[in-house]
Amino acid sequence: MRSPTLSRIPKSEKSLFSYLFALLFAVAFVDGWRRAEVNPLVFFDAENRGNLWKFISGMFPPDLSSDFLSLMIRPALETIQISVMGTIIAIAIGFPLGILGTRTFSIGGILNEADIQGSPLRRTWRFSAYFAARGLLSLFRSIPEFVWAFMFVRAVGLGPFSGVLAIAVAYGGMLGKVYSEIFEAANERPLEALQSTGASKLQVFIYGWFPQVLPNFVSYTLYRWECAVRASAVLGLVGAGGLGQQIEISMRMFNFHEVLTLLGILFVMVAAVDYISAKVRAML
Amino acid sequence: MSGSSGEKTGAAVPWPAHEVSGRSNLWNYVFLLALAVFFLWSYWGSQVQLSLLFSREGGGQILAYIQKLFPPDLSGPVLREALQGAIETFAISLMGTLLSAAIALSVVFFASRNLIYSGLLYEMEPTLGWKRGLRLVPYLAAKGLLNLLRTVPEMLWALIFVFVVGLGPFAGVLALGVHTGGVLGKLFGEVLEDVDPQPVESLQSTGASKLQILLYGILPQVLPQFISYTLYRWEVNIRVAAILGFVGAGGLGQRIHIAISLFFENQLFTLIIAIYVLVTLVDYLSAYLRRKVT
Repeated sequence: MRSPTLSRIPKSEKSLFSYLFALLFAVAFVDGWRRAEVNPLVFFDAENRGNLWKFISGMFPPDLSSDFLSLMIRPALETIQISVMGTIIAIAIGFPLGILGTRTFSIGGILNEADIQGSPLRRTWRFSAYFAARGLLSLFRSIPEFVWAFMFVRAVGLGPFSGVLAIAVAYGGMLGKVYSEIFEAANERPLEALQSTGASKLQVFIYGWFPQVLPNFVSYTLYRWECAVRASAVLGLVGAGGLGQQIEISMRMFNFHEVLTLLGILFVMVAAVDYISAKVRAML
Repeated sequence: MSGSSGEKTGAAVPWPAHEVSGRSNLWNYVFLLALAVFFLWSYWGSQVQLSLLFSREGGGQILAYIQKLFPPDLSGPVLREALQGAIETFAISLMGTLLSAAIALSVVFFASRNLIYSGLLYEMEPTLGWKRGLRLVPYLAAKGLLNLLRTVPEMLWALIFVFVVGLGPFAGVLALGVHTGGVLGKLFGEVLEDVDPQPVESLQSTGASKLQILLYGILPQVLPQFISYTLYRWEVNIRVAAILGFVGAGGLGQRIHIAISLFFENQLFTLIIAIYVLVTLVDYLSAYLRRKVT
């Protein structure tokens, strides 16, 4: 018998795609090179090299005077505080929207099997809630937190609160999406078992769903908190408090030795948060 | 490494400590208390004023701002500007991601323990020779470099590069490339350290050189994952490229910064829509390509 596998390799189809793709890629690359004003030669330009050298030599030695360090404790802690509050409010936004945006909760699945039958009105209502939640989550997360922060600075004024709100909204969108994915991946059998004993919907949710999803839930939220620490360190650039504000000030004043200190503080902070978060996740 | 999976299957899994002793219950309360204090401290420090948000004044302010966004300014020049910004952002993200892949690829082989330092490839060599110590130098240097690149956020790299090479999208490309280079270097390194040793061993047993082993035994294994990680980071980078303009590194962000600063809320809305469309498109494109690759 002839081997059936060899003759079946689809040759022409694959090569057409790859040629087309290579062509598109080449066009995008050339055009992107021009548009993004890519110019490796700038590093050989005397002035730019001078700038680079000024920056690097300016960083050393880092400013470790106690005056400066004691001034920076407050913004560094503020960065952590912003990230924590931002994440908590993000959970408050993401959790309810995530539930509404979960197919198996809002429009179908075991919980609603009996409910939806023969009630077109309820069905449309449920569908619209589902799509509204999904749309809102998608809107929240596709506008970068930086833009949110800038808008909140306009709306509620300068300061850490606008950073908190920016993280809350942008991360609420991300958390909500992932929460709904976690919910949808839950095993339906325990739910069915609970339902067959006559448990109410709330009971099914609390005893069937929640224990299944909680570990994933906590671990993803912690991961997002790590990201929030980095984000809140940067949000200061638009006046939303924290370490970023100090970094921008030092950068604009060309005090590069302060920049290095601040980067060091940021590094330690991020590493500490990552460590704590990893420890907690390992306990789950 | 190989022993750990064997150990787990044999012995009985110990009961989690906190479910055995009563003492750990107390520990849980302490933990919760500490958490509560931590939250309160954060609440106090970040000057959260939820009352402001729900008060007539504060809520009204936000509502008024949202109302000002409508309707989006869809006049010709604004649309053209948005389109140009979107294309520029796309270009920055593409070039930045390519640069990052180049940086990661040129560093990562030195930063993976099993390629540079120990493991199958070096079995035949004396374990504690000076050669081995010498190989530790590029290994540690590469790891340290990747850490450094990764730790500094893109926006700060952008600030730095705006200072070094001047305003414009190229500073954004460099910022994305350098930071993402560090991230991809770490991800690629993890892929490399996870490589299936069997093909490597069989190549080695035929007398293949180290370069041949790399080309025919390791790269074919890792390449699909490398590409898929790069595409994933591209999705992240398109979002970052959209805001790099805030510090003067071109793209949509620069136009958004101008629109917000000059209170052109209707134009701002158009630009936000442009970000939304661009990000969604890139997500789809990247997902499509990833399916093609894997």
